[in-house]
Amino acid sequence: MTVAWQPTCEIAQLQQRARLLSDIRTFFAQRGVLEVETPLLCHTTGTDPQLDFFATDYRFLPQPQPLFLQTSPEFAMKRLLVAGSGSIYQICKAFRNGESGRFHNPEFTLLEWYRLGFELPELMAEVGELISTLLAPRLPLKKITYHSYSALFAQITGLNPLVFSALDYQTYTQNQGLAEAGQLCGEDHALWLDFIFSHQIQPQLGVDAVCLVYDYPAFLPSLARVKATNPQVVERFEVFVAGLELGNGFFELADVAEQERRFEAEIKERQIKGLPVVKKDTYFLAALEQGLPDCSGVALGLDRLLMLLTESNSITDVLAFPVAIA
Amino acid sequence: MATYSTSEFKGGLKIMLDADPCAIIENEFVKPGKGQAFNRVKIRNLKTGRVIERTFKSGDSVEGADVVDREMSYMYSDGDYWHFMESDTFEQYQANATIVGDSAKWLKEQAICVLTLWNGEPLAVTPPKFVDLVITETDPGLKGDTSGGGGKPATLETGAVVRVPLFVQIDELIRVDTRTGEYISRVKES
Repeated sequence: MTVAWQPTCEIAQLQQRARLLSDIRTFFAQRGVLEVETPLLCHTTGTDPQLDFFATDYRFLPQPQPLFLQTSPEFAMKRLLVAGSGSIYQICKAFRNGESGRFHNPEFTLLEWYRLGFELPELMAEVGELISTLLAPRLPLKKITYHSYSALFAQITGLNPLVFSALDYQTYTQNQGLAEAGQLCGEDHALWLDFIFSHQIQPQLGVDAVCLVYDYPAFLPSLARVKATNPQVVERFEVFVAGLELGNGFFELADVAEQERRFEAEIKERQIKGLPVVKKDTYFLAALEQGLPDCSGVALGLDRLLMLLTESNSITDVLAFPVAIA
Repeated sequence: MATYSTSEFKGGLKIMLDADPCAIIENEFVKPGKGQAFNRVKIRNLKTGRVIERTFKSGDSVEGADVVDREMSYMYSDGDYWHFMESDTFEQYQANATIVGDSAKWLKEQAICVLTLWNGEPLAVTPPKFVDLVITETDPGLKGDTSGGGGKPATLETGAVVRVPLFVQIDELIRVDTRTGEYISRVKES
């Protein structure tokens, strides 16, 4: 029997990845941002109903308990921020169950960082700078562009994302040859926006540019703060290059009561939908109680960045051993 | 029939869509940073041959289609129906003109075809990739021509018309690629 044991990527990809990691470390060293490590296996994880996690069994007596592979290192990193770490970054694996495709592997590499005292525009600028620096050797990006979610949505679709109109949304998708949208999305405003954004808007973003989209509608789920000057939107951005979503950033929510409410709402939604159970992270909440300093944070998918850097068509081209042969 | 979750979607999977049997050509997992994941799927309607794109909510299920491909030999046509037989079971199937469609012009008795069956009934007929057929009609070509450009139409024993080089003559056996309808070569009868 022959077993295909070989890596799916070329050896040159390994070198490319090593160089990318080294470039990132240089970038943050120059800015005095501290590299940290936090556990990938924790007693709880994110409660977001849209993210499916991996659970394991820890068999240490006398109290065996489930431990969860982290969907992101966010909670642990915020505990470090409360403890006085200053600005920090981490390059680590993150795990998301059931996500597999041309741009997804259930285990992937994340770069996550938090900047103390940064408001969102400063972090967006840094993200733009980092991405153009990293991609410069292969993909000279002429500019960094900024768009508010609503303006971009209106410009491309003619629709207002903040005011729900199933009829307008349906007419638009029907005209675009996406007749199934009506049945799929029904009266779910957030689902409509996800559908229209991912089908019609995202593919057009970041042509020869790093494209940053900000001011996301407040009813879309996130751990971002509501914008003080406009409660309809939150202090959140996403970054796109060549139609590919590379990351998501927030001006971080620090209000412990609000955080706890969101946990409980998501845990309840999980129950209603019959999704796997997870508890809220009490260590994280206790840290928030003490006070998270004002900060902005962002996570970037490094495998996708490598795909852009090497003009790869599939994530399996940049991973040595994707899940199918891991 | 089984149902399939979107996580089982992959090229070749046969599913029911709008009451028609379809085959998945390509499946793309689309997920916004936060929010609902979708499967954007390219699908061929096996009844009409049309290719469409359709989006599903990830995690949804669809009904599978009982569609199988079987090798069969073509026996004859009675004018209304084309008759096929599965060689190992001797089971016979008949397909009408709509189902046989364009494949009819390549079918010669004994040809091994692929019959696509839906719930046990013929849905489509795929001729062999290459068929050897005799030319029944073509203009006499000029002597000395090599198979360069140009060419001329030739009618084959099954009624199909293909372009052949000028030097190919009536009663000669030629090989044709049924996917493109193009002449490949002359065939020496053994």
